[in-house]
Amino acid sequence: MAMTEASPAVVLPEEQHPLLRFLAGAWSWLFLIALLIFFESWARAVYGVSFLLNGLNVQSILVYAALPLLLGLGQTYVIISGGIDLSVGFVMGLAAVIMARVMQQLTDLPPGLALGCGLMAAFLVALIPGLINGWLIAQLRVPAFIGTLGMFGVARGAGFLAANGTTVPVNNPWLFEMGNGKLLGVPLPVVITLVALLALHYVLAQTRFGQYTYAIGGNRMAAARAGVNLRRHTMMIYLISAGCAGVAGMVYTARFSAGAAQAGEPLLLDSIAAVVIGGASLFGGSGTIMGTVIGALIIAVIQYGLVFINVEPFWQFVAVGVVIIVSVLVDQSQSRLRGELPDAE
Amino acid sequence: MPSEAAGAPILSVQGITKRFGGVQALTQVSFELAAGEVLALAGDNGAGKSTLIKCISGVHQPDEGEIRYKGQPVSFAGPRQARDLGIETIYQDLALADNLDVGANVFLGREPARRYLGLLPAIDRRQMRAAANEVLKQLEIEIAPAKLTKPVRTLSGGQRQAVAIGRAIYWQAEILIMDEPTAALGVPEQRKVRELIMRLKAKRVAIIFISHNLQDIFAVSDRILVLRRGRAAGERRIDVTDHDEIVKLMVGADL
Ligand SMILES: Nc1ncnc2c1ncn2[C@@H]1O[C@H](COP(=O)(O)OP(=O)(O)OP(=O)(O)O)[C@@H](O)[C@H]1O
Ligand SMILES: [Mg+2]
Repeated sequence: MAMTEASPAVVLPEEQHPLLRFLAGAWSWLFLIALLIFFESWARAVYGVSFLLNGLNVQSILVYAALPLLLGLGQTYVIISGGIDLSVGFVMGLAAVIMARVMQQLTDLPPGLALGCGLMAAFLVALIPGLINGWLIAQLRVPAFIGTLGMFGVARGAGFLAANGTTVPVNNPWLFEMGNGKLLGVPLPVVITLVALLALHYVLAQTRFGQYTYAIGGNRMAAARAGVNLRRHTMMIYLISAGCAGVAGMVYTARFSAGAAQAGEPLLLDSIAAVVIGGASLFGGSGTIMGTVIGALIIAVIQYGLVFINVEPFWQFVAVGVVIIVSVLVDQSQSRLRGELPDAE
Repeated sequence: MPSEAAGAPILSVQGITKRFGGVQALTQVSFELAAGEVLALAGDNGAGKSTLIKCISGVHQPDEGEIRYKGQPVSFAGPRQARDLGIETIYQDLALADNLDVGANVFLGREPARRYLGLLPAIDRRQMRAAANEVLKQLEIEIAPAKLTKPVRTLSGGQRQAVAIGRAIYWQAEILIMDEPTAALGVPEQRKVRELIMRLKAKRVAIIFISHNLQDIFAVSDRILVLRRGRAAGERRIDVTDHDEIVKLMVGADL
């Protein structure tokens, strides 16, 4: 189908040089590779060992990335739709605590059955804050930042109350297996995360639901006029986010054989950072699951790598913070090059 | 009412009145429209132009009066219902999702489905792209192929307007309503949109468009309906009137 050139009357910003465009589009991949090369060289030069060719390191990084990534998957949907979910960390903690509490009560049952009940409880209890978030934001038009900030507090309090202010230990061999066992050499928490990410990637990239998530983030009114049910869709998005937090809570309880209300506290910012580093805009309308995966891996490699080379752990925060800022700057300069942002004054 | 096109009017609006609380936005407005005819709505700010088209496109329900579409009285519960019957409306800012490509916008809300691996539901992007291409070609809308798969925010204002119009045409609009389609455009782009309107007219689409630009109005319309403070101040065929008369009708000066 031969198409004519764009009308000459229309002056649009020149396309970037292909190489520049490639670099801008793939920068998070390249950055991840650069990080790996850096730690690899350091490990070889200083310790005389390999960083990457060590199965233990790779496994640790992946397990490390799993929890923030699980939160980040749901957060990706929320952020693409133009919202934010600040409650995921404590919803995760609440789910972990409830799961542990339920399993504590069911020690008489066979361990597999007790685990099943625990998982079910964790998932259902996570959906409640998701439902309330969705109702506040979709129905009552409360800004997402405020609504989920409120839920942040509620879930936090509920989690600590349910846990009586301490951690809730569980003794269940199946649970331990779920958190520490392996499938074909891959740790089960990583397998669970992989399944969740493939499913959520598919839905976002291939289905109407995914398409409408982008449309709502791009232009709410256009989506509504096109027949997208904004309320139902927004509700679903916050339920997905809460569901991911629930799964993260299960994985946490399984890994440590204990539930804790503060389980997800440091993970909220990591989840948002992963989404943003992955190329999503906090204004909504853009982002991908694969981008979030790269973002989560970058964060995990920085955190694990710095420990590996014996840097004081607090430098992790600085490094991740710098990466977030740089990723936003890269994104903005890309938009500016595409002519989508006015130049700075 | 005058209408040079043959046959019964496709749209007939009789005595439409609309109030918003104490504000009388429309009072007893009537007009008719035939297939292939272009009607321009003119009037000062707040004259009731947008309210009138919203009554027709199902956004508002008129308090009084009757709307007949293809001879049948209709009453739309919402814009979706009007669209399903072939009355498409293009609003100035609300038409497109800027972050989606041309095909996605043409099909937004009505994506063709396929089965991924014969099993999972998925949307058929290839079909969307091909159909969008087809409709653009049909309307002789020129967009570089590389731009077709980019977010529409990378298109010019006129091209975006064209995509919105192409979308309406793809879904077989029989009446196309446009609220200030050229307001945000540069002069060459305004000309493009005018050409597009003429092409749609040739395809027998009935068109209502609001404009503050008399140049536009005289370039493409068959008739002009002037509103003033919610009332029909006058209706003129284009060949028996001029800019002066229209302006006087708009501001209410004595003729
Ligand atoms: N939803 C609404 N609620 C209350 N008043 C309204 C509403 N919509 C329109 N009006 C009022 O009805 C009157 C007509 O408004 P309308 O938007 O139809 O004017 P217009 O001719 O389209 O003006 P403009 O050229 O500025 O777009 C105005 O006084 C306006 O304030
Ligand atoms: Mg108006």
